[in-house]
Parts: sequence; structure tokens; C-alpha cells
Amino acid sequence: MMTAFFALIRKDILIFLNDRKAVIMTIGVPIIIASFFGYIFDSTEHSDQQSRIPVLLVDEDASAVSRAIAAKLGKEKALDMRPETLANAREAVRKGKAAAALCIPRGFGALAARALFRNEDKPEIAVYQDPTRGAETGMVKGIVTGAVMEAVSQAAMTDAGSVEQALRDAESGRDMPSDVRGPLVELLKGVRKLNAIAAARPGQPAAGGFSVPFTMRDEMVTARNGAVYNSYAHSFAGMAVQFLLFFGIDTGIAMLYMRQRGLWSRLRAAPLGRGTLLASRAASAALISFVILCVMFGFARLVFHVKIENVEGFLVVSAAFSLLTATFGLLIAAVGNTPEASRGIAILAALLAVMLGGAWVPTFIFPRAVQQVTQFIPTRWAVDGLDGVIWRGYGLGAALTPAAGLTLCAALFGLLAVWRFRWNAE
Amino acid sequence: MLEASHLKKSFGELKAVEDVSISAGPGEIVGLLGPNGAGKTTTVSMIAGLTVPDAGEVLVNGAPPRKQQIGLAPQDLALYEELPARENLRLFGALYGLGGRALDEAVKGALELVGLAGRAGGRVSHYSGGMKRRLNLAAALLHDPQVLLLDEPTVGVDPQSRNAIFENLLALKARGKSLIYTTHYMEEAERLCDRLTIVDQGKVMASGAPDELYRLLPAANLVSIDLETPERPLDLGELSGKEGVRTAERVNGVLKVGVTDLARDVPGVLGWLTAHGHSCRHIASERASLESVFLMLTGRSLRDQ
Repeated sequence: MMTAFFALIRKDILIFLNDRKAVIMTIGVPIIIASFFGYIFDSTEHSDQQSRIPVLLVDEDASAVSRAIAAKLGKEKALDMRPETLANAREAVRKGKAAAALCIPRGFGALAARALFRNEDKPEIAVYQDPTRGAETGMVKGIVTGAVMEAVSQAAMTDAGSVEQALRDAESGRDMPSDVRGPLVELLKGVRKLNAIAAARPGQPAAGGFSVPFTMRDEMVTARNGAVYNSYAHSFAGMAVQFLLFFGIDTGIAMLYMRQRGLWSRLRAAPLGRGTLLASRAASAALISFVILCVMFGFARLVFHVKIENVEGFLVVSAAFSLLTATFGLLIAAVGNTPEASRGIAILAALLAVMLGGAWVPTFIFPRAVQQVTQFIPTRWAVDGLDGVIWRGYGLGAALTPAAGLTLCAALFGLLAVWRFRWNAE
Repeated sequence: MLEASHLKKSFGELKAVEDVSISAGPGEIVGLLGPNGAGKTTTVSMIAGLTVPDAGEVLVNGAPPRKQQIGLAPQDLALYEELPARENLRLFGALYGLGGRALDEAVKGALELVGLAGRAGGRVSHYSGGMKRRLNLAAALLHDPQVLLLDEPTVGVDPQSRNAIFENLLALKARGKSLIYTTHYMEEAERLCDRLTIVDQGKVMASGAPDELYRLLPAANLVSIDLETPERPLDLGELSGKEGVRTAERVNGVLKVGVTDLARDVPGVLGWLTAHGHSCRHIASERASLESVFLMLTGRSLRDQ
């Protein structure tokens, strides 16, 4: 019995290795795609290719304030800011050449400085945005808010005319409660005094304006201190999951072709149990899947320096997912009618599972309801499990949770396949 | 000794096999002759244990067969084309429990028998159709089965490979194997088989040795006579009444006369024609064939199927 079992496994491995195109498609293509995804999502400090958001600025105000805003935005690393006319800016956004365009209207500087101390007559900055780039526009708005606050408060606090105008507004402010007006007048008088002192002593800083009162320090929280996050880790995990599922599909489709060619019937003529036949197929597919995973991450280690922090955990999760891949193939062979029809349905199912599992893009960008659903998708367990053991610092115990889920799912697929397999379909 | 008795199998409304019995002793080739769809493959599947019969039983040496006792060369080429011939045989040998030296020797012997020892390392996908058929046969022999089931083993094979396969089968017969050979080629059945079972639409139409089947025909020989004056009337009733003449008819102006014995009966026919003023332009005779038997039994030609 074991002689036949191992002979069947050997046969599957030989067939896989003899088909060079299949080997390239199964190992080479996911490596290429994972490398590409890893490259474009590489946002770490060492990445010198981080893309900047193209933004156009329409300065209709041409005031000191608007020029200061433009200067600050121009220095932002995240933005690729260029001045433009309103008509051209709108056209550029419409054609997708810029993520957004900002229009600072005429009189903005004066109105904004006055509005700093009054909750009324606020000028408006129009933001023309590409509807497909909402996330980038949100980021642009945040950066613009900071730049405007700095520029406007600077002007409001240091420009003598602006301070006097604000003082007059405060002293005559009829709608302003008296308990607010008094302290505001005193504040502005203090600012006037500071500016006078600064004017009398060259080199002494003036009252200044508001500025962001903090700086930020980034730290990638990974498996351990000093371990740098590597975007290729996630892209290789995602693509490995996707292409192993495709390999599982190929395994199932190959069985359907075997049935069509009469090979399955021929195998059944031998003194073999059904369990031996299916188990050998599952074992060979799982073994090949496991090797593919190891080769992919070996490549990632050598070329992109993806370090697996928990090797034991990686082996456990990989083995569990390889088993799932194999039984997924058996299930396709069990429920499929013709190879042609089964392939399309299986690819659709695999792509859905891969997408919902976060193999393409992280699951946090999904709507909340979808995120809840993805918790029950085995591909998410696989992707999260691989991420966990590679860079999140999962211990072996934590790795066992997704591995157990994947193994249970594999067992379910296997049982369904045995139950539904049509032994006499030829 | 293989004995399959009263096998029946239906697929839904379709009665694929109805009460088919067939047996083959050691050193005997028994043919299962019939057109496509006659139930030959279903019968073989039941004997091989791939299909459970609705009724009937299969015995080898008086007991239900073990799969080790049966070798199957299916009609569809059951080979892994991506692998070399040797690897295919190693696999099929291992499926029957062979390993190590026994497997090596079995593979070597099977390759030599079918004449593929020199091409054993080549991928099956590079083989000709005839070579694949021979390899398909070799895969059935590895475990040295007592009974060989050969389902249309020469389909799509060139004459040279066909002859090679025939030689292989005769060698196996000489080794005392029991062979069941399904085919829809009459010439093959006549050349190879010791006994024949003719099936059509799942039913046995006749069975026996070829000579026994020929005796079912009204005449063992058919004489075709091309007359000089085909338009002249002929009393076929009188001709049919002559001694040794079994049938007489005119087909497209040619007189067809069935006789039992050529040497004894033809002179009498020719004399009768001369006596009635007819001259012969051309005379030809043909021996009765399984085609004639099938035609007689079913009213249809085997070649037309």
C-alpha cells in the first residue's frame, strides 16, 4: 500500500518538474508580481522612490499670506506642488494628472487674519479633487490646514496693520461677549507690545504666530526592536497565497482531465483504496505547495532581505496552508464536471478569497462590515499568519491559531471531497 | 480461468449490457466483437471491477477475482504523457505492489516484450500512436496477471504496430494467459481469437469458435457471376433448388449464389447456366466472414457502425 502511495506522490512531483512552463508559472510569476507589489508599496525610510502627491495651487489672492502658504506647501515632501490657473488646474484634475487643486481666493489673507479671532466671515479655500483619489485628497487637506494656520497666524501676529485691525475689531465687537472681549483686547495689546520690543531690538524674534507645537518621530513596530518592516514580506505572503490557490486549482483540474483521459479509471483498476488515491494526490500537492512557499520566501530573503523572525511558526503556517491548497484542489475535482467549466468558477472563488483575505491590499481599507466578514476567510488567516510570523513577532503559540484554522478548513475540504467525489464518473 | 456469467448493467434507462456471459481458459484468446456502443467496454469494466454489475458474477479460478489477477489495457490510453515510458511502467508496477528488483525486472521484461526497450527513456508524448498502444499493453502486464483484458488495443494504430501487438498477444497466449479481446475489427477477431462472442446493443448475438459461427450462415461461400446477357430472364427458383445451392439472387445485374462447397457445387451452377443459354463474363468467390455473420444476425453491417 505504501509502495503505491509513494509511487503516486513521486509521479505527481515528476510531472510537475517535467513541465518547465508550469514550474515557471507557479514559482516565477508570483515572485515577479510580489516583487512589483513590494516595490510600489515600499514606504520605509530607505525607500527613495516614495511617490509624491501631485497638487496644483491657484493663488488668486497673491497676498503675503497666500505666498507664505504656497511656500510652506512647496516644501512639503509628500506633495508635488505646482502653481496653475484655475481653468488649467480643473482640467488637469479632470484628466487625472493631479490628485487635487487648491484655489486661494482674492482677499483670503486679510479675511483669514481677521477670522482668526472671530468665528465669522471665514474665507474659503476651494479644493477640486479627483474622485478616485479620496485618500490622497484627505492627506492634502490636512497638510494645507497646518500650512494655512501657520501662515495666517504669523501674519495676524506680526503684521502691525493686522494686529491693529484685530484690536479695533475686538474693541468694537458688539456681538462679542464682554467677558471674552476684555481678555482678547489685552492679548492683542500684548502682541502689539511684543512686536514693538522686537522692532526696537533687531535680531529679537517678534511675537510670531502659531506653529505646530510638536514634531513627530516614526517607529515601525515590528517583531523586535531594530527590525525594519519590509514591504516585500506582505507582498510575498499575499502573492504566495494567491498563486498557491491557483496551483490548487490546477491540481483539481488535472484530476478532471485524468478522468476524461481514462487515467483515473486505470488507477482504480489497480488494487488501491480510494483513500490512497485521494490522499496521495493531496500529499503531493501539499508537498509541492510547501516547497513553492519556501522557494518564494528564500528568494525574498536573498533578494529583498525579508527576514523571517519566527522560522518554526513560518513552517507551521506554511504547512497548514499547503494542506488547505491541496484539499481545495481535491474539492474542485470532486464537485467539478468538466475541466473547462470548473476552472472558471474555481478561479473566481480563489480571487474572491484572495482579495477578501488581504493578499492584494490590506484588509483595514475595507468597509467595516466587509472586514468583519474577512475574519472568516481562510486566506486572511494565511496572510495574517504569514505576516505574523515573518515580521509581527508572533510566537509559535500565536502562529498555531491561524495554522489550526487552516488545518481544520483543509480537513473540511478533504472530507467534502471524499464525500462528493464521483468515483464512477468516467 | 475467467468466467463472467449473466452480466447486466443499466445506466438509467439505457440497458448497456443485458445478460452477457463470456469465459476464457488458460492460453486462450476470446474475442468480444461488436460495433461501438455494443456494451464491450462496460462488460470489460465489470470484469475489471471498475463497474459494479446490476446482476451476474465474475470468477477467476472459481472465486471472485482479486485485482492482482487481472491486467487491464483500456481503450483510452491510460498513460502519463509528461513522463518517460519507463517512469510510467515503474508507476503502474508500484501500484500493484512491485518494488525494488522485482519492479526493475518487470519493467525491463514488459518493455522488451512490446519492443520499446530502446525508447524507454523517451517521453510518452513523443511516441507514435502505435508505440503508445504497445506501452499501454506493457503497463497491463507488469504484475504478471492471469487474465488480460484488452479493450480495443489496436484503435488508431498503424499496420506495423498492429502486427507487433498481435505478436505480443500471441506470445502472452503461449505463456498461458487468458485474454479477453474486444474489437470491432472483424479481421483482427478472425486472425487472433480462438472463440468469439458477438454482441450488439448490449446483447449476445452468438458465440463460439469462428468456424462454428460461419456455420450459422446459410452458405459458407458466395459466388458472384457476371453474366454476358444480364438482361435475359433467369429462373432463380429453379437454380435455388439445385443440390448444394443455398441462396440465389440478382444484385445490380450480378448473380450471387451461395454454395456450401465451392469445388463440388460451382460446376453444377455453371452447367445449369450454360444449359439455359447464359455465358459468364467473370466469376469471383468470397469466403463467408464474420461481417456476413454479423449482417445475418443483426441485419446491419459491422462496418457501417
